[in-house]
Amino acid sequence: MALNMIRKFAAASVVFFACSAAVSAETLVFTAIPDEDETKLVERFRGIADYLSENLDVDVRYIPVKSYAAAVSAFRNNQVQLAWFGGLSGVQARSLVPGSEAIAQGVEDQAFYSHIIAHKSTGLDEAEELPEALRGKTFTFGSKGSTSGRLIPEYYIREAFNEAPEDVFSRVGFSGNHTRTLRLVEAGTYDVGAINFSVWDKETKDGNVDTDAVKVIWTTPSYPNYQWSIRGDADERFGEGFTDRVQQALLNMKDEELLNSFPRSGFIPVSNDAYKPIEVVGKQIGIID
Amino acid sequence: MFSSPTVRVSFLFVAIALVALLFADIAITAANPWKDLGRFFMGIVTPDFFSSEGVAVALLRTVAFAFVGVALGSLCGFVLSLVYRNPVVRTFCAFIRAIHELFWALIFLQFFGFHPLTGVLAIAIPYAGIFAKVYSEIFEEADPSPGRLLPPGTGVVSAFLYTRIPDCWVQLRTYTAYRLECGLRSSAILGFVGLPTLGFFLESAFSQGHYSEAGAMLILFYVLIATMPLWVKPKLLPVYILGAPFFLGEGLPIVWGNVERFFTQDIIPSPLRNGDGVGGLVPWLGDVMANEALPGIWNTLVLTQIALVATGLIALLTFPLISNHFGGPVRRTGGHVFLVIARSTPEYILAYILLQLWGPSMLPAVIALALHNGGIIGHLIGRQSSAIQLRPDAITGFNRYTYELVPRVYRAFLAFLFYRWEIIMRETAILGILGIYTLGFYVDSAIQNIQFDRAMVLIVITALLNIGVDILGRFIRRKLALQTMPTC
Repeated sequence: MALNMIRKFAAASVVFFACSAAVSAETLVFTAIPDEDETKLVERFRGIADYLSENLDVDVRYIPVKSYAAAVSAFRNNQVQLAWFGGLSGVQARSLVPGSEAIAQGVEDQAFYSHIIAHKSTGLDEAEELPEALRGKTFTFGSKGSTSGRLIPEYYIREAFNEAPEDVFSRVGFSGNHTRTLRLVEAGTYDVGAINFSVWDKETKDGNVDTDAVKVIWTTPSYPNYQWSIRGDADERFGEGFTDRVQQALLNMKDEELLNSFPRSGFIPVSNDAYKPIEVVGKQIGIID
Repeated sequence: MFSSPTVRVSFLFVAIALVALLFADIAITAANPWKDLGRFFMGIVTPDFFSSEGVAVALLRTVAFAFVGVALGSLCGFVLSLVYRNPVVRTFCAFIRAIHELFWALIFLQFFGFHPLTGVLAIAIPYAGIFAKVYSEIFEEADPSPGRLLPPGTGVVSAFLYTRIPDCWVQLRTYTAYRLECGLRSSAILGFVGLPTLGFFLESAFSQGHYSEAGAMLILFYVLIATMPLWVKPKLLPVYILGAPFFLGEGLPIVWGNVERFFTQDIIPSPLRNGDGVGGLVPWLGDVMANEALPGIWNTLVLTQIALVATGLIALLTFPLISNHFGGPVRRTGGHVFLVIARSTPEYILAYILLQLWGPSMLPAVIALALHNGGIIGHLIGRQSSAIQLRPDAITGFNRYTYELVPRVYRAFLAFLFYRWEIIMRETAILGILGIYTLGFYVDSAIQNIQFDRAMVLIVITALLNIGVDILGRFIRRKLALQTMPTC
């Protein structure tokens, strides 16, 4: 009797686990680097999840993460199959997952740039070159793993001063994301900060920036940035031609509201090679081995 | 006065802290620190309990992770405590408990990812090490005489179950229940690295300046901890422990290949992995030591020593708030509320809040560590001081504090303080994740750069540092003949 029960229970659990495995095999899970306020990200990517599941006929789920590295690790560990990465996190992630591909970038990501912004108390004005007066100020990057909030600004600071940021500035911090960098410099917690132009433009347009307190003092040359990357084994898992279908779905996205939430005017095809310059800079700074 | 060894040791540590202050980075860098602090307090007094759908679930998950983690930890700790005499077991336990829950979580995140197992093990592993130590201490102090009365030939297991366990049962139960409270705190902060507990939502609310939402979460958390005696009943425990695993959330499935990869590739130092051989290891290690480990160790030590003395000051200043030798019931109730809040708020959350408000420096970390740990010690010695019977004609006012009570509780105070030394250092290291340049900062940077080999070296160094301070703390307590019960 008891043995029978155990047998039934075991059989039931096998069926149960088999089912849950089958369900999860059909769910495309994706993530994104947490580069902005979480509420905005959740809103944006839930919209994307709905859009993709309608167009791909699979369940699509978005997982929010707390750090850039967590996004890269989830992609590498095959817990997510698709991700919206920055330039650097994309390079890191694809080098860890053989066969993975960058499939789409925003129109604006072909020539992305970062701003250096300063609090009014510094008295700094917009200039052609990074001013010597930056020396001794306090400075905040975005996240440690950010392309536009850390890698590229650090590269140009090193180029201009021939020193590491820690030696140029009296204090160097990592705010965590672009929105926070903006808030911290606006409040004067840091004198100067690095922010990507996209977040800056959007927040300024929405009237969320006290332009009397903070302004742009320098802008970097352009570089390639954000992109959608997909794992190389996606076709194997979701069926032949799946990668192409995801790419098509992204390229065909015309919904104004969805695109504005990024904000991007549209998505265009891209390949891994487009991010070579980012890899080179990452190696120079020592973020990539 | 200086003839007393406790006074000499106290002044020595104060002197070390003063020297450390010269090297410390203490500043308020925010332009409007008080305005933000005011907004935060407004948020606390105008909590918004219905803003975020996730809060109720987050609280449930926080409790579930705490129960499963602590239950598993206490079970493993119990088994380990039976063989704790073995030096290998002892060292092993010292090592696993020297690594903070958040570091464990960061390690498991790399191969289990967002699976509930990550959170459960992050709590269970260090807790097993602590349980093993404390349980074995409890067993050692048990009265051996019942065992001697057993008839010859009684089996070891029977003897243990019938003589040791009954004698130690109350202490085992009390300590385990106490540890559950610590488990709730640990579980809450795991959210900061992405697990679905309270910290996850608290971080989001806070970083976006939604103070009323953050205030509501903090209040719910205090209520949860303060009402523990009401809802944690021995009879309900089996229900909680058996039920909790079903409320951990499903997370994402584990891919076992990742586990193997982590141990066979990721944590192998990159020169070995890239085939540069042992020769390449020396410059690599030298680089890690010079640029990350040494600055990290230095800052960790500086911050720890300042925070230790600040903790002592807070404890000595706050214990009269709840002592019944000063003031009436109104003041004592106020004092209790303050100390409950101070000790229920994990250092990590306090430091996070203060860092957001005051800008980055060691100051928010010192205040956070001192408030939390000082709150715990203040509570303990405050209770102890209430038990002291004073003469009817005892002096009153400030002199009662300085000449009567402080000398009487001072040894107990020092004992608790040195016991918490290692805990303060463990927390100091972890606060680096928030951007203070202690060891945690470099561990976090290595993980952000996907350099797990570096992260592991730094975590092991942190563990060794903790073990060192633990040994030193025990040595000092033994020298001064100070005794204490464990706290967390």
